[in-house]
Formats: sequence, C-alpha cells, structure tokens
Amino acid sequence: MNDNTMISFENASKSYGALQVLRNLNFHVDPGEKISLIGPSGSGKTTILRILMTLESLTSGYVLVDGQQLWHEEKQGQLVPASEKHLQNVRADIGMVFQHFNLFPHLSVLKNVTEPQRISRGVAAPEAKEAAVELLEMVGLGDKLDHYPGQLSGGQKQRVAIARALALKPRIMLFDEPTSALDPELVSEVLNVMRKLAHETDMTMLLVTHEMSFAREFSDRVIFFDKGVIVEQGAPEQIFQNPCEERTRNFLHKFIA
Amino acid sequence: MQWDTEFAISILPRLMEGVIVTIQATLLGAVLAFTLGLLLAVGRLVSGPVPSKCLYWGGEFIRRTPLLVQLYFLFYLLPEIGIVLSPLVAGVIGIGLHYSTYTAEVYRAGIENVDRGQWEAARALNYPPAQTWTKVIIPQAVPPMIPALANYLITMFKETPLLSAITVIELMNSARIVANQTYRYIEPITMVGLFFLAVSIPSVLLSLWLENRFARQD
Ligand SMILES: Nc1ncnc2c1ncn2[C@@H]1O[C@H](COP(=O)(O)OP(=O)(O)OP(=O)(O)O)[C@@H](O)[C@H]1O
Ligand SMILES: [Mg+2]
Repeated sequence: MNDNTMISFENASKSYGALQVLRNLNFHVDPGEKISLIGPSGSGKTTILRILMTLESLTSGYVLVDGQQLWHEEKQGQLVPASEKHLQNVRADIGMVFQHFNLFPHLSVLKNVTEPQRISRGVAAPEAKEAAVELLEMVGLGDKLDHYPGQLSGGQKQRVAIARALALKPRIMLFDEPTSALDPELVSEVLNVMRKLAHETDMTMLLVTHEMSFAREFSDRVIFFDKGVIVEQGAPEQIFQNPCEERTRNFLHKFIA
Repeated sequence: MQWDTEFAISILPRLMEGVIVTIQATLLGAVLAFTLGLLLAVGRLVSGPVPSKCLYWGGEFIRRTPLLVQLYFLFYLLPEIGIVLSPLVAGVIGIGLHYSTYTAEVYRAGIENVDRGQWEAARALNYPPAQTWTKVIIPQAVPPMIPALANYLITMFKETPLLSAITVIELMNSARIVANQTYRYIEPITMVGLFFLAVSIPSVLLSLWLENRFARQD
C-alpha cells in the first residue's frame, strides 16, 4: 500500500442483515484528491461516506484514514474493533455535509458554526467567532449571522452547513448529494461554494452526486458504482466521454436524455 | 347548616397556612418529578439492555400502584428499617417519585421525536456524548414537551390532598382540623374546593396557551 494515501478501503464489506450493500470494496484516495462517486440509487454511495464518517460500522475488511485504521485499533499487536475514543480521534479529520443539512434549528447561524468549534476542538470564544464570521462571509452569508435556520432557504442552509463543517478544519470533506434537496434555482449557489473549495484548498473531497456536469469539472477522478462494487473509475473526461463498461454507458445515458 | 361568612373569614388565616404547604408540596414534588423523570428517560436510553429493562419495570411498578399506598410505605413503613422522614419530605418524595414515571414517558417520546439527522450531525461534528445530549438533543426535545409537563404539574397539585393521609397539614388537612374543632364543615370544605377551582381554571387556560405556543411546528 502506498504510504501517501489519505483514504483506503481494503476488502471492505457492509451488510444490513441479508442485504449486502458493499462487496469487497478496494479503493484508495490520494491527499487532496477530489473524487465523485456516481451510480444508481441503492448502489451504496451514501453508505461509503457514512462508514467514513463513523455513522455506520463495517461488516468486514478495513478502512484506513491517513494510514490509521478507522474501524479497528491495535491492541497488543492485534487489530481489535475500535473504541469510541479511537473513533473520536480519527473522526476529527473528517467533515460531512448532509443531503438534508442537519443544521441545529435551535441555534443561530453564527452559533451553528461557533459551538462545534468550542465543543469538539476547545477553541476559545473570540477565536471561534472570528473563524465563523470569516467562513460565513466566504459562503456569502455574512449578513445572516443572527438568523435561525428556519428563516433560511435550502441553499442558504446548505452553505451554513458547509461553513459549519469547515470550521473544524477537517482534512477530508464528504458531501452526500449536497444539492439534491434544493429547488433547482438554488443549486448553483451551493455548487459555487464547492467549486471554490475545490480550487482553493488542498482538502481531500468525496462527493456523491447526480449532477454530472458538476462532477465533471469538480473531480480529479470519477468512480462509478453499481450494486456495491466499483464498475469503473477514471478521469472525468474518460468516464463521461469514453466509458469502457456497458453499465456505465447505460447509466450515463439517462442523464443525457 | 347555613353558610356563615364571618366564620369563613375567621378561618381564612389557618387555611392559608395549609395553602402554603400545598404549594410547597406541589412545587418541590414537581421539581423532583421533572428531574428524576429526565434521569430515568436518559438512563434508559444510554444504559445497556439489562439496566434499561430494570428501569422500565421499576417505573411500571411505581406507576401501576396507587400513590396513596406509596405514601404509606414511605411514611409508616420506612421507619421500621430506620429511615424516618418528616411528613412533608415523605410526601414530596412520594409525589415526585410517582410522577417521575409519567414525566419519564414524556421525555422519552420527546427525545425520540428529535430527528435522527441531529444525532448524526453531532457525531459528524465529533461531539462527545454528554454534549450531544445537553447541546443538541435536550434543547430540541424539551419545548414540545412543555404542555404535557404542565399538565402533570396540575395533576400533582390536585393530588396533594392525599398527603393529609400521612399527616401533612396541607390545605385539605387544615380544613379537616378546623371542621373537627368547630363542627362546621360547609365553610372549610367549600373554601378548599373553591381554592382548587381558582387555581385549576387559570391553569387549564395556561396549558391551552402552552399547547399553542410550543406545539411542534413541523
Ligand atoms: N439502515 C439501513 N438498514 C437497511 N438497509 C439500508 C440501511 N441503509 C441503507 N440501506 C440499503 O443499502 C443500500 C445502499 O444504500 P445507499 O444509501 O448507500 O445507496 P445510495 O447509492 O446512496 O443510493 P441513493 O442514490 O438513492 O442515495 C440500499 O439498498 C438501501 O436500501
Ligand atoms: Mg445516497
């Protein structure tokens, strides 16, 4: 295995009871790489992100983040299931943006971004506020600090959610269909923020999306999944213009039509 | 028997002493019921399956037996094993413990109503479990519970006359004492009824208002 790998899935499988969702998955992501995961509904894309975010456990195999086991830890030379403490350590490097935002509705926009810094990184109040204001300005919401999530449009909520995740300075950002719950006219304001992040930061990013044209400009690599296995992966030009596999072609056809 | 206004006024100060004890017992019992109920509900959710089952059956046991029996137990039976409680303390513990099993149900439902995405956001933001509860779940779970909790407060208030059975001189008991001394029942007992009515009617209005104010918007 390459030492310089940010994320590795090694023979990773996931089942819910009898339903196998991921099958012996192997893939690696380099630091700073921007990856789009595409594929039909139910192919396991969200599950991959949720396993990385430690919202869902692995059934078998291994996941490594920056060379460290995520769901296991070494005890007396043996790999054992990770403790909550270990998960907390590894998870600190990872941020996630959800399809349905999951902002804290009882907190103002500003507090949504300051409170996580205070709680999980112990940042002092003035510094947390300074960082939050800067991030909220970056996503174009500098004038909404005292609003509550209920007073915002979907696009604005998702931009707050992005600022909130960034405030913890993760090295890996996961986006699960960040625009699919939005009205069409609000999609571009969120994509603009993500475009900026992709260009201006060296964060490793994994994006699950059905926005094929955005996937094409955003990513260094596109991975096409179906039924829990990787069917094909490659540079966006190759996948979108010259897919090798019949299944990829069929899938992409639905988006052109 | 004829209503005697002068007599009614003359016993008012003695009844007021009872009113104060009634209010004390209600409020202290409520504080106990509300905090203990929260601990019970959270305890059931965070502990393993065995302690959780024990809490469940303990709660069921308390809820399915009459408060009056529990009050007798606390006041008349505990001294046999060396635990002597004053009447008011036994009464407050009795009411608080009994109603904590009801408020625990309110809390449990309220907690389960918080969107799963909130738990996931807290985890993704690396909140420790304690802060997930105190900063994310409880602040969202509590406002919709307020009307139900307020109703239990009113119920506890109406149940305080039971404490007269364990010699607490609350309103009902002071009225009974007055009646026994003077052989006049109509004034003291009517005044007790009027007092409960005077508190109950506004509190029904208050709880309707709370219902509107805090009902879940989604
Ligand atoms: N908690 C769960 N319990 C049981 N089955 C689940 C659970 N979560 C997901 N699944 C199943 O796992 C499979 C993969 O789900 P996943 O959400 O990863 O798909 P997806 O590729 O993200 O699909 P979509 O494009 O619809 O979001 C689906 O068949 C789904 O029904
Ligand atoms: Mg999905």
